[in-house]
Amino acid sequence: MKQMNCPLNGLRNISEFIYGGEYHPMPDPQQCDKREWVEHVFFHENAAGEVTEWWCHSATSYWFLARRNSITDEIIETFPASKLFNKRVDFSAAQGES
Amino acid sequence: MPFGLLKYGLSKDYPAQQHFTPSDTTLKKHYDVVIIGAGGHGAAIAYYLSKYHGITNVAVLDKGYLGGGNTARNTAVIRSNYLTEEGVSFYRDSVELYQNLSNEFGYNVMMENRGQLTLAHSDAAVRSFRWRAEVNQHLGVRSELVDRQTIRELVPNLHMPEDGRYPIMGGLWHADGATARHDAVAWGYMKGACERGVELHQLTEVQDVLVENGKLTGIKTNKGTISCGCAVQAVAGTSSVVAKMAGIKLPVHSFPLQAMVTQPYKPILTPHVSSPHVHVYVHQTSRGEFVIGGGSDPYPLYNTRSTLDMKESLAAAALELFPFLSQARLMRQWAGITDMTPDYSPIMGLSPVENYYLDAGWGTWGFKATPISGKMMAELVATGKPPALIKPFELERFYRFAQINEAGATAASH
Repeated sequence: MKQMNCPLNGLRNISEFIYGGEYHPMPDPQQCDKREWVEHVFFHENAAGEVTEWWCHSATSYWFLARRNSITDEIIETFPASKLFNKRVDFSAAQGES
Repeated sequence: MPFGLLKYGLSKDYPAQQHFTPSDTTLKKHYDVVIIGAGGHGAAIAYYLSKYHGITNVAVLDKGYLGGGNTARNTAVIRSNYLTEEGVSFYRDSVELYQNLSNEFGYNVMMENRGQLTLAHSDAAVRSFRWRAEVNQHLGVRSELVDRQTIRELVPNLHMPEDGRYPIMGGLWHADGATARHDAVAWGYMKGACERGVELHQLTEVQDVLVENGKLTGIKTNKGTISCGCAVQAVAGTSSVVAKMAGIKLPVHSFPLQAMVTQPYKPILTPHVSSPHVHVYVHQTSRGEFVIGGGSDPYPLYNTRSTLDMKESLAAAALELFPFLSQARLMRQWAGITDMTPDYSPIMGLSPVENYYLDAGWGTWGFKATPISGKMMAELVATGKPPALIKPFELERFYRFAQINEAGATAASH
């Protein structure tokens, strides 16, 4: 079976992982308009080629990021989310239109 | 006889009738309508445009060949037992058009009305089938909830243990369920369109969609740039890639869906049998082969490769329903690319680019929608206004949070 290198657990069968969607930077919830937010939630690049994605090792509920080629299915690199997320996102004052 | 046939095949008299545009035809400088993608949908749009709207200065472009993409890679299931009012009405009209397609073309699409049985393995599934049956009947679609005895009569070879791992508690019987030869559907539509003056250009790859000030101006291909009044993209499997050329982002994720067929057997299974719970559907073709399909792959990929894990799980699920298949050999396997939308409904209609229309997001529901989407998209192209039947499926629905949650879709499990 195809294997994936989990940053926490090492090399594991691909069946132990759950695909969690494309990674794209979140727009600032305080600043962005509704259309921008909709696109962030529902729309995808769905690129043919190199993509960065969320993955989860289901047995340990560990979420991380992976770079993968969406044509050849080659997993290029896996890394902890902390590499891209190093500060807390503040949702508290987000009001906007409802 | 075989030598006579060979001689005829090599002679100048063959083919007796040219069905499609000759392959040495060069692209014109301008077309009123350019259709990107010569699959069932693209061919159907061209057909209805030329036959009912008198628009014949149309080019259908394809990177490969006619009906060579996902039109050839689906499992040819036709049904309308969906759950939402918008979905059921849309697919109902498609099934009706299918019923008369061979007559309309004068070309046999091998339509077979076999019916479709969906199995419930839990109380929750029985409840949801009751709901689906009510919605279907209200909208004029033949669906009914059936008990174990009726299932046994409909499919005598189905394994129905009293205390199995997946007990069969009831089913949704859909008498309108059918199958047809998918290649013939694309050929029939394209033949009809070409007879009326539409041009089919195969091996013609679209490399760019030219947009100026939010308005479509032309299409760049590997055989030259053409100007056009409007264009439609009908490229299931690569919807996002082509839309990106026009600067459009779609709510689509592309997953492979793997299927396979066994060696041929004598006819023993009439209806199409599907089990959303064990993730498998099985039907026997008129050639005798069992077609086995299931859910999409667990993660997106633009590749029709085969994986042993998916084949194993498909085979295990098929054996759960039909243990006699344990001795069957697999003859072929293949995969198609399903463009999944978050609400399991297609995207049809206007796009953010003026005069550029979308026929995308066809997930696992594209083949069965071929006639009606062709007819409706042709009306949209001819009038510039989306017909009421497909208005709810516009891309803009996501911005209005008006998704059409189609829980009746195959592989609606992601």
